[in-house]
Amino acid sequence: MHLTFYVASAIAVLSTIMVITRYNLIHALLYLVVSFLAISIVFFVLGAPFVAALEIIVYAGAIVVLIIFVIMMLNLKAEAVEQEREWLTRKIFIGPALLSVVLLAELAYMILQSRTTDFNAPMLDAKAVGLSLYGPYVIGVELSGILLMAGIVGAYHLGRQKKKVVHRFLESTEE
Amino acid sequence: MIIIGAVLGALLTIAPGLIWLERRMLALWQDRYGPNRAGPFGLLVVLADTIKLFFKEDWIPPFADKFVFVIAPAIVAITVLMSFVVVPFAPGIVVSDLNVGILFFLAMSSMGAYSIILGGWASNNKYSLLGAMRGAAQLISYEVFMGLSLMGVVLMSGSFSLNDIVEAQRGMWYVVPQFFGFLMFFIAGVAETHRLPFDIPEAESELVAGFHSEYSGMKFGLFFVGEYLGITLISSVTVVLFFGGWLGPEFLPPVAWFALKTFGFIIFFILLRASLPRPRYDQLMEFGWKILFPLTLLNLVATATILLWLET
Amino acid sequence: MFSIVRSLWITFLHMFHKRETIQYPEEKVKLTTRWRGRIVLTRDPDMGERCVGCYLCAAACPVDCISLQATEDENGRRYPAFFRINFSRCIFCGYCEEACPTYAIQLIPDFEMGEYNRQNLVYEKKDLLIDGQGKYAGYNYYKVAGMAIGGKDKGEAENENPPVDVKSLMP
Repeated sequence: MHLTFYVASAIAVLSTIMVITRYNLIHALLYLVVSFLAISIVFFVLGAPFVAALEIIVYAGAIVVLIIFVIMMLNLKAEAVEQEREWLTRKIFIGPALLSVVLLAELAYMILQSRTTDFNAPMLDAKAVGLSLYGPYVIGVELSGILLMAGIVGAYHLGRQKKKVVHRFLESTEE
Repeated sequence: MIIIGAVLGALLTIAPGLIWLERRMLALWQDRYGPNRAGPFGLLVVLADTIKLFFKEDWIPPFADKFVFVIAPAIVAITVLMSFVVVPFAPGIVVSDLNVGILFFLAMSSMGAYSIILGGWASNNKYSLLGAMRGAAQLISYEVFMGLSLMGVVLMSGSFSLNDIVEAQRGMWYVVPQFFGFLMFFIAGVAETHRLPFDIPEAESELVAGFHSEYSGMKFGLFFVGEYLGITLISSVTVVLFFGGWLGPEFLPPVAWFALKTFGFIIFFILLRASLPRPRYDQLMEFGWKILFPLTLLNLVATATILLWLET
Repeated sequence: MFSIVRSLWITFLHMFHKRETIQYPEEKVKLTTRWRGRIVLTRDPDMGERCVGCYLCAAACPVDCISLQATEDENGRRYPAFFRINFSRCIFCGYCEEACPTYAIQLIPDFEMGEYNRQNLVYEKKDLLIDGQGKYAGYNYYKVAGMAIGGKDKGEAENENPPVDVKSLMP
């Protein structure tokens, strides 16, 4: 169990590094998928199978597919890879690296301070997730629901088709 | 370990066998004979096909993205085979009875979308790309209804584990109380395996061969086998969730009941192919989001309401 | 929705229909007499070649698969020195048959002429000529034509009057 955890976390970290350093966007996204899969295995090992499955279904299965979909529509080819190669210089890394070092220091401090996570934590099944979502975190659920509703309405508004009536002299666009 | 081997062996013999079965059944419904020359009933045509695919030149187009081009066909076979991990064939005969079995199945089928998208994108061919984009849109949309249509069954049985769901159907198969759920799931399943009539990503009359236009040899063979494994998967999951899995009268062993029901659905898949025309791409999306989606939500809400009403 | 179920059911019922396929090598196809298949050159009732080498078939052929060379025997009868049809080009349109003034070239109901070697599809006169009259039994071109050949002078053909001597003053 411990071994799977460490292997999965190592893969997650490595593939995330690969995501940042790839010049080709699709390759980067593929590594992102691998990273999500590794994270879901970490969840699984830590006793949260429901979250692990959702991680794959929602993130790896739907959101990254949508991102790839958009990238395919943009039709980025060799010149985009070139551009990416020019942009991705050492200088760019300095800022994020410094910020990450601060975060890493905080993380290390916290790990050293508190006691380590218990591997044998009780299994968190779907029922427990549901109870906590609709119990203490109900406001969060409601707020994200409102946010999604706004998104749907916006998407509907933007995607509404305007029917164009083609006629010799009575040309109009119907709303 | 023995179960894994048995399941893998059975599946990998069934998948090519289905190619023969499909050709024979299609021929039967079109008043033809189909392959009937090689071996008894033309069974050896499977072997001939396999040998042909193996000995074809393994061609990677020079304009393709080689790495992605090679892994795309592997993804489809792996994800479908992984999904079979949670399918209970008979009491005790299951590779792993996960307590989130249905979710695992959904997760794996959603990962299967990558093979289409990556294969189409890596081919660097406009028809493949069109097929891949259609496939991506179709698979993501129908995944939603697939997941939602299953939730009625999950509500009734109170478990994500496929084993528990089969056991909960001892009194009555879920196809009766969850008839709409079954219809939605099956339609979404046909769309998810991108089989006819929903073969929009391939659509050979419009897009050459869609996302696998550039594939040949065993890479194409993997897509092919993946499709037939997908049919078997959707059929067996339908049987497990709505038709009582291995349950049946005593005179046949449980595995036989399971196989019998699954084959019924596989044949229904082929009947669908034989009789229905392909809808247009926008009609497919419209049908999904404007008809199936509200219906699945209604089904879910109704099931939950009735269950709560029965409880109190 | 109903129409989908209906079409499924109709397709399902086809299971019990008779199959249309003809199991070809064992079971032969029934061809009608006018079927346009293999091309043959036919003979007169008295076994003379009907073909007079007029080149109309070669001119009518849309794919130019017929080639021949006309010549004349000691009696003045024209016949082809060679007659060659390239069946790898032939589209079996039947225009040559329509063009032929002597009913010599005819298409018969036979299609089993597959070959492994493409060169073998070029049929020479000996392959084309048959010892029969084909579709028009009893027709003999030189017996009805006004042409004078050895053994048959002007005016001796069927339904033909002897030639009028225009220099004579007798009625």
